[in-house]
Amino acid sequence: MALEIQIAKKLPDFTLDVSFATGDDPLAILGPSGSGKTMLLRCVAGLERPDRGRIALHDRTLTDTERRIHIPARHRRVGLLFQHYALFPHRTVAENIAFGLRHLAGEERAHRLALLMERMHLTGLERRYPRELSGGEQQRVALARALSIEPEALLLDEPLSALDTHLRSRVEAQLQETFAGYRRPALLVTHNIEEAYRLGRELLVLSRGRVAAFGPKEEIFRRPPTVEVARLTGCKNFSRARMISENLAEAVDWGCQLRVAQALPRPAVQVGIRAHHIDFVESSPGAAPEDNVFPCWLVRSSETPFRITLYLHLHRPPGASSEAHLQAEVFKEKWQRFRERPLPWHVRLSPESLFLLPE
Amino acid sequence: MTLITPMDWSPIWISLETSLAATLITLAAGLAAAAWRERRAGPAMALVDGLFLLPLVLPPTVVGFFLLLLFGRHGPLGKLLLRLGATVVFSWPATVIAAAVVSFPLMYLTARAALEQVDLRYLEAARTLGASEWRVFREVALPLAWPGVLAGTILSFARAFGEFGATLMLAGNIPGKTATIPIAIYFAVEADDIRRAVAWCLIDVAISLALLGGLYYWAHAPGPGRARLERR
Repeated sequence: MALEIQIAKKLPDFTLDVSFATGDDPLAILGPSGSGKTMLLRCVAGLERPDRGRIALHDRTLTDTERRIHIPARHRRVGLLFQHYALFPHRTVAENIAFGLRHLAGEERAHRLALLMERMHLTGLERRYPRELSGGEQQRVALARALSIEPEALLLDEPLSALDTHLRSRVEAQLQETFAGYRRPALLVTHNIEEAYRLGRELLVLSRGRVAAFGPKEEIFRRPPTVEVARLTGCKNFSRARMISENLAEAVDWGCQLRVAQALPRPAVQVGIRAHHIDFVESSPGAAPEDNVFPCWLVRSSETPFRITLYLHLHRPPGASSEAHLQAEVFKEKWQRFRERPLPWHVRLSPESLFLLPE
Repeated sequence: MTLITPMDWSPIWISLETSLAATLITLAAGLAAAAWRERRAGPAMALVDGLFLLPLVLPPTVVGFFLLLLFGRHGPLGKLLLRLGATVVFSWPATVIAAAVVSFPLMYLTARAALEQVDLRYLEAARTLGASEWRVFREVALPLAWPGVLAGTILSFARAFGEFGATLMLAGNIPGKTATIPIAIYFAVEADDIRRAVAWCLIDVAISLALLGGLYYWAHAPGPGRARLERR
């Protein structure tokens, strides 16, 4: 593989201990803040030394604690995009980008600078200072600067977190374009689930310094291996569960039996379903139990511009202090269609959408 | 009475030349010491800090006396220089050495504070872009710390310009060679030549105000000086 990482480093609250390898496609590293993501990038960039382990890039050993190898950051040719870009405030856009081109002769340097400026759509901004740029422009300058050294790997630390929402999608498209032309290992750290999914080809979920899941992103989202990964990838509904037969499970916290598509032999499991996978159906008194259709009552709701989150209580009307069993998310258009209907509404927890998880 | 003896203007030039030379030395040494110290930690460093700041705490006469021991005929540095055919004590370089040593702590302290203020990420970004440690310092850390370093330079110059005690111990009062304005004032008073003393005091005040005012204006006026400060 192009980039192989196997390191351990003690941090104040936990130990960062990861081992994985990635090819020439962007790998998104998803984890809550304080899960060790940034430290991982810093170790690869050579700004921190792991306590033990090894980092190799295209057969070049960057770090090997056993052989006492630690190539300094300046010799690694690993581009790092800092979370808030860290553009040199006392240098113009051109001077920022040219900082990494120092080793080139004058003419070649000017040529490469112009090329990078053009590629990042920065032409015309040469003489501006970073504080005179918009957030999106700053990010492009930082990216151009990181690419100036022709890095053999690219590391991006929360590349979109410093941007306003309306800028994000544009900058994200720019990033995707950059990745498409880059074709070398790229690690992209984020705590935003959607960003991770859109920008990464593969996904690595980091939790308290450990790899909680690693693989193709579709696979991890469809079948999270653990409750933790399900939670970190945005799943909101969990219930303790017990297998009754091969494809019938009892959801203890939801007080019902569920037909499931996958069987899990372990005795202690959880069953989970994503909020947007919960289906609202016409009440049908004749529905068979294996349809996983249950009556529910609305406890409360919370709106976003286009969607609504409904907190639901199953089987009977909620008491004064009842907590919701489920949290369902639907587009408002759909909600308009059933909001006026009398309670109870009916939800269907489709067997295909349910996942069974080891504790 | 004093109108009879013509005024010797040399203390003005000696003071200016001495302060300028001392400030340049202090700037280089203070920056180097601050940059060196910033990367280190540990209990031994407390001792180093104490040593660097000693000239600020000790009475200038004590500093001058130590320098005299160091550079005197029998001092370790004095012996070495003698072998090379040079004596420092009671020469113009002695005024520079004395002024540089007493102004060093001010430069060291302000430079260190200014360098510590520089966001580490800029230095790290420079490293990932292939810059050597010297380039990181020269092209990133120093320009970003420049307003603080400039303030330290002004302070050092002011301290060097007013230096008296250590200079007298190490350089003495040799008119035309080591007699700076403060020394000229002291010996005018001692000789009961009050008019001359007052004249020198007024000259000293005028020069100090002109220099500090000029520096302040340069640092804050529109133009390159201002841009340099605002670019942070």
